[in-house]
Amino acid sequence: MKRYSAFAIAREASRYHTGWERAWRAPEPKKKYDVVIIGAGGHGLATAFHLGRNHGIRNVAIIEKGWLGGGNTGRNTTIIRSNYLQDPSAAIYEKSRSLYETLSQDINYNVMFSPRGVMMLAQTQHEIRGYLRTAHANALQGVKTEFIGPRRVKELCPIMNIDGPRYPVLGALWQARGGTARHDAVAWGYARACSDMGMDILQQTEVTAIRREGGKVACVTTTRGEIDCDKLGIVVAGHSGVLAEMAGFRLPIESVALQALVSEPIKPCMDVVVMANTVHGYMSQSDKGEMVIGGGTDGYNNYTQRGSFQHIEEPVRALVETFPIISRLKMLRQWGGIVDVTGDRSPILSKTPLENCFINCGWGTGGFKAIPGSGWGMAELMANGHSPLTEAFGLDRFREGRFIDESVAAGVAH
Amino acid sequence: MLILQCPCCGVEAEETEFAGGGQAHLTRETVGASEENFEAYLFMRENPKGVHFERWRHANGCGKWFHAARCTVTLEVFGTYSAQTTRPPNEICDKITARRPGWSLKDWGSGKFA
Ligand SMILES: Cc1cc2nc3c(=O)[nH]c(=O)nc-3n(C[C@H](O)[C@H](O)[C@H](O)COP(=O)(O)OP(=O)(O)OC[C@H]3O[C@@H](n4cnc5c(N)ncnc54)[C@H](O)[C@@H]3O)c2cc1C
Ligand SMILES: [Zn+2]
Repeated sequence: MKRYSAFAIAREASRYHTGWERAWRAPEPKKKYDVVIIGAGGHGLATAFHLGRNHGIRNVAIIEKGWLGGGNTGRNTTIIRSNYLQDPSAAIYEKSRSLYETLSQDINYNVMFSPRGVMMLAQTQHEIRGYLRTAHANALQGVKTEFIGPRRVKELCPIMNIDGPRYPVLGALWQARGGTARHDAVAWGYARACSDMGMDILQQTEVTAIRREGGKVACVTTTRGEIDCDKLGIVVAGHSGVLAEMAGFRLPIESVALQALVSEPIKPCMDVVVMANTVHGYMSQSDKGEMVIGGGTDGYNNYTQRGSFQHIEEPVRALVETFPIISRLKMLRQWGGIVDVTGDRSPILSKTPLENCFINCGWGTGGFKAIPGSGWGMAELMANGHSPLTEAFGLDRFREGRFIDESVAAGVAH
Repeated sequence: MLILQCPCCGVEAEETEFAGGGQAHLTRETVGASEENFEAYLFMRENPKGVHFERWRHANGCGKWFHAARCTVTLEVFGTYSAQTTRPPNEICDKITARRPGWSLKDWGSGKFA
C-alpha cells in the first residue's frame, strides 16, 4: 500500500490524480479463516486491526451485510469523551480517547480528530451534584475533567444563552481533551489498514446462520457460501439479538432507534461540543459549518433506522432556547440508527456460551468514542481469552449483579 | 409515528399519547426462583427483528396498561389487547399469520409458547 502524505498529494497532483490506489481490496471469500468478525462497523474493524497489529493474527475476514461503516458508525454525531463515572468505563473510554489522539498517524489515515473540548451542561441542581460527583471520580481515575461555572461556560461558548428562563445554565462538566472525529474516516482508515495486513473485508455479504460442532463454533453461513473459522467475533450493534439467536444464546439488550440531524452550513460560531442532558439535546459544528444535533432514543423496539418525529422536535425546541441564534436555521438532513441498549447502559465485551464465539455489543447510544479502545480490548480477549480492559464487561455481570451503572453518565444519547 | 388503539378506553391516538413499557408476557419470578430464571426475568429480553409483543400504557389518556402486537421491521401494528392475559389471544395471532404467512407463536419468547 502506498502511504498517504503531503508528498503523495503533490505527486498525484502533478499527474492528474491517476495514481491513487483503491483503499482496500474486494476479495473473494476464502474457505477458512483463523478469525471471522461479523460486522464491519468501527468496533469490528478496530478489533480486526488490533488482532493483526497487537497479536499477529492476520488470517482474518470481516463480514459485512451492507457497506463498511454504513451502520451506526456512519450515523453518529461523533462525540468523543471519557468522563464516565465507574472505574471500568473510565479505563476503556480513556484508553480509547488516548488512542484517538494518535490514530491518524497509527493508521496513516486522517480521521480529523479534533480535541476541541466537550461541555456537559448542568441545568438543574440535581445535575450539578451529579457532575461534581463525576468530576471527583474522574480525578481519582486519572481522567482530566473539571466542573466549571456559568461564566466560564459563556466564555467558552459565547452563542449560548445561560440565563434560561426555563433551563438556566448553572455550570458544566468540561473535558478539554474530548472532541470529535470524522466518523466515516475512522471506518475507512481501519479498513485500509486491515486490508493492507492481508485481511479480507467481505462487503455485501450477510451472515445467515452460525454452525457449531461439539459445542464450539465451526462455521458461518453467508449469502456468499459457508466460511469456516476457529474463532468468531460478533460485532453488529443493533443486530446483536439476531446474531445471538443464531449462536443460540440470549442477550440483555433491546434495539431502538436514535436520530440525529444537521443544519445548513453557517460560518464558524461554536468551537466546542455542547451536551444538554436535561433537555436531551446536544450540538456541535462540523468542519463544513453544519450544526450537528442529536436527541434521545425512541421508547420501543425498532429495526427500521427511522425514528419518531417528536424525538427530533423535542431537542430542537430545547436547544433553540439555549442557542437563540439557531432559531432561523434550516435543517438539511435527518437520519436514524439502530442502537443496542443494555440495562446498565454499559457495553458487553465477552465470551459467550458458545465456545470460541465472542461478542462485542451494547454500546448503544455512545460507542463511537470507544472504537479504538474497544478494538484493543476485544482483540486481546479473542487472542488470549482475557483482557484487563474488558474483564468487567462480561455477559455474566447481570446474573451476578455486578452492574456498571452508567445510566447517569450516559443518560442522554451517548 | 405509531398509531395505537387503547383497548381499555377505545381511543385511537398517536404514540405521543402512550408510553412504551417493554416486552410483554414476562414471567414474574420471585423468592425461590433459580438464578437463571431470575436473570431472565430482570434482564434478558426478546429483541426480535419482526413480530413482537409489548406492553404500553395510555399515559396521557385513561392511564391503563395494555398489550400490543407489532412488527419491528415495518412498524405495522397488528392489534392491541388486554394486559390481563398471560398469552397473546388467538384472534391477534390469526391476524399476524394472515399478514406474515408461516409465522407462529412458537417463534416468539424463546419458545415460551411452544
Ligand atoms: C444518531 C446516533 C448518534 C450517535 N452519537 C454518538 C456520539 O456522539 N458519540 C458516540 O460515542 N457514539 C454515538 N453513537 C453511537 C455509536 O454510533 C455506536 O455505538 C457505534 O458506532 C457502534 O459501532 P459498531 O461498530 O458496534 O456498530 P455498527 O457501526 O452499527 O456496525 C455493525 C455492522 O454490522 C453489520 N451487520 C449486522 N448484521 C449483520 C449480518 N447478519 N451479517 C453481516 N453484517 C451484519 C451492519 O450492517 C453494520 O455495518 C450514536 C449513534 C447514533 C445512531
Ligand atoms: Zn385508554
